[in-house]
Amino acid sequence: MTLQLDDITLTYPDGTQRVTALERVSLTAQPGTLTAVTGPSGSGKSSLLAVAATLIAPDSGRVLLDGRDLSGLSPKETAAVRRERIGIVFQSSNLLASLTALDQLLVIAHLNGTPLSVAHPRATELLAAVGMGDCVGRRPHQLSGGQRQRVTIARGLMNDPRLLLVDEPTSALDSQRGEAIVQLLRRLTVERDLTTLMVTHDERHLQAADRVTHVVDGTLRRLADR
Amino acid sequence: MFVAIRDLRFAKGRFALMGAVVALITLLVVLLSGLTVGLGRGNTSAVTNLTADHLVFEAPPAGQKLDFTTSSVGPSVRASWSHVPGVRRAEPVVVSMTRASGGGRTTAVAVFAVPDGSSLAPGGVNGAGEAGAPGGVAADRVVLSAGAAAALDVTAGDRIDLDGQSVTVGEVSGTDEFSHAPVVWAATANAPASGLEPGHATFLALTTGDAERPAAGAEGADGADGSAGVGSDAGANLGADLAAADQRLGTVTLTPAESVSAIGSFSSENGSLQLMRALLFAISALVIGAFFTVWTVQRSGEIAILKAVGASTRYLLGDALGQALVLLLVGTALGSAVAAAVGSVITATVGSAVPFVLDLPTLLVPVVVMTVLGLAGAAFSLRTVTTVDPLTALGSSR
Repeated sequence: MTLQLDDITLTYPDGTQRVTALERVSLTAQPGTLTAVTGPSGSGKSSLLAVAATLIAPDSGRVLLDGRDLSGLSPKETAAVRRERIGIVFQSSNLLASLTALDQLLVIAHLNGTPLSVAHPRATELLAAVGMGDCVGRRPHQLSGGQRQRVTIARGLMNDPRLLLVDEPTSALDSQRGEAIVQLLRRLTVERDLTTLMVTHDERHLQAADRVTHVVDGTLRRLADR
Repeated sequence: MFVAIRDLRFAKGRFALMGAVVALITLLVVLLSGLTVGLGRGNTSAVTNLTADHLVFEAPPAGQKLDFTTSSVGPSVRASWSHVPGVRRAEPVVVSMTRASGGGRTTAVAVFAVPDGSSLAPGGVNGAGEAGAPGGVAADRVVLSAGAAAALDVTAGDRIDLDGQSVTVGEVSGTDEFSHAPVVWAATANAPASGLEPGHATFLALTTGDAERPAAGAEGADGADGSAGVGSDAGANLGADLAAADQRLGTVTLTPAESVSAIGSFSSENGSLQLMRALLFAISALVIGAFFTVWTVQRSGEIAILKAVGASTRYLLGDALGQALVLLLVGTALGSAVAAAVGSVITATVGSAVPFVLDLPTLLVPVVVMTVLGLAGAAFSLRTVTTVDPLTALGSSR
């Protein structure tokens, strides 16, 4: 699935004024590639991810998935797009406290109306694929930061998405475990032909990315292909 | 319910505490309901058990409430009512509170004086309280309710003193009470002084349509027994225009169930108890609402995550309401079970000293009302779910 952000401008209110978070940003991400979006805090990289995830509608510009324009969809319709076609990997602590690692994945299947008996083998397989096969019954507070992040990645893949959006996957991890997570994302992107867009402020892990986009003050400043 | 059930398992302590609160409120409401019904029966059972369709009272003056103690229906009105189309029988009933003595004891009783052989009184040849069957009341022969017989320690065949008159206890039948006094059914001739003019009655008991079977020994228009029997056809119009007759005759016609509001002690007592019940219901709804407000605010981060991964607001509301429903059902079931046990103990040990009624409606109605109001409280608090922005799931380290 090709993600195309076309001339996106996004502003948000700040007191009596409006602040520009993204200004005429265009970006294309192809299947089987890991695109990193980096930049300092407040640069607009998370806003970029939110727009791509249909969590926020831009003031102008278009978001296209395989050429389908998502602009103008209702909240219900964008929720359905996220539920069926997009995987989102949140920061490490964004797991549901009451759910086991396995349940974190099964809830995604439940949202899609997939019978749990059907979803169970897939969830187990995904947890094993991210190295969490032995921790399926553990809740978030029983997992380390790296383990939580692996569960989050597995959850992001549970609905078999073509587009994977990753938000600061290494922010709560040391460099060694952060590197392992990025390599895992890299591997999954290639193996599953995913279009992966990863927001990170940590430039140590950028070598794993196929493309690197640098965002400064809401505009793309550098685009590096590797 | 996927997340809801797991939340319930995970946060056992919080939900157990909330469930205990629901159970305790349910316990209070059910006990109060049992007491309300019990006290209500002690006030009204003689009226609600009457084998009559409607009761006719004298219309009160403007600004005054209908009351058993002030109603006075004269003979001419009674005769007119007996000719209203569809009315098969209009029997005068004189209600008075007095003292009865017998068996070496004295007790306050409510006397319901009816025509000889009236089917309004329990007992008689065909058994107690059977519609149309002649009752067991005759001149100088009274029927005592079980409460009156127990209070006086008398049985059938004994003689008692009823407001200065010596009468024979013909039968002990029924458990009727009126205004918290056991009922003595007497013939009109034995009616104690009630303050009514001679020939007047407190109310008329109407039997309309084919509600009764032919009554042997009780027929005859304006017979010696004082009843105003009318020979209406069995197929007479049951939909007699009672309102028109009320307008014309200056009366108020109510069903027996409606008539209880004219019992002064019942209105005030029942009103207070119902107010307490309503307050408990309101408290339960507020408590549930407050709990789920806090719970939802605490979960707002997780709700944002679920929305971000595609959960619809409807799904989240259903999940949360399902959780509230489970909590309410478990809490109310537990509370009503404990209340049933307590009620059984009260009934078994204290008996009639505490007028407590434990029946299915007493148990189920509070459970249903608590559940519905609790869900309403939860639904009100869950509006937060609709306002959580899924965007907050991104870019923040919670």
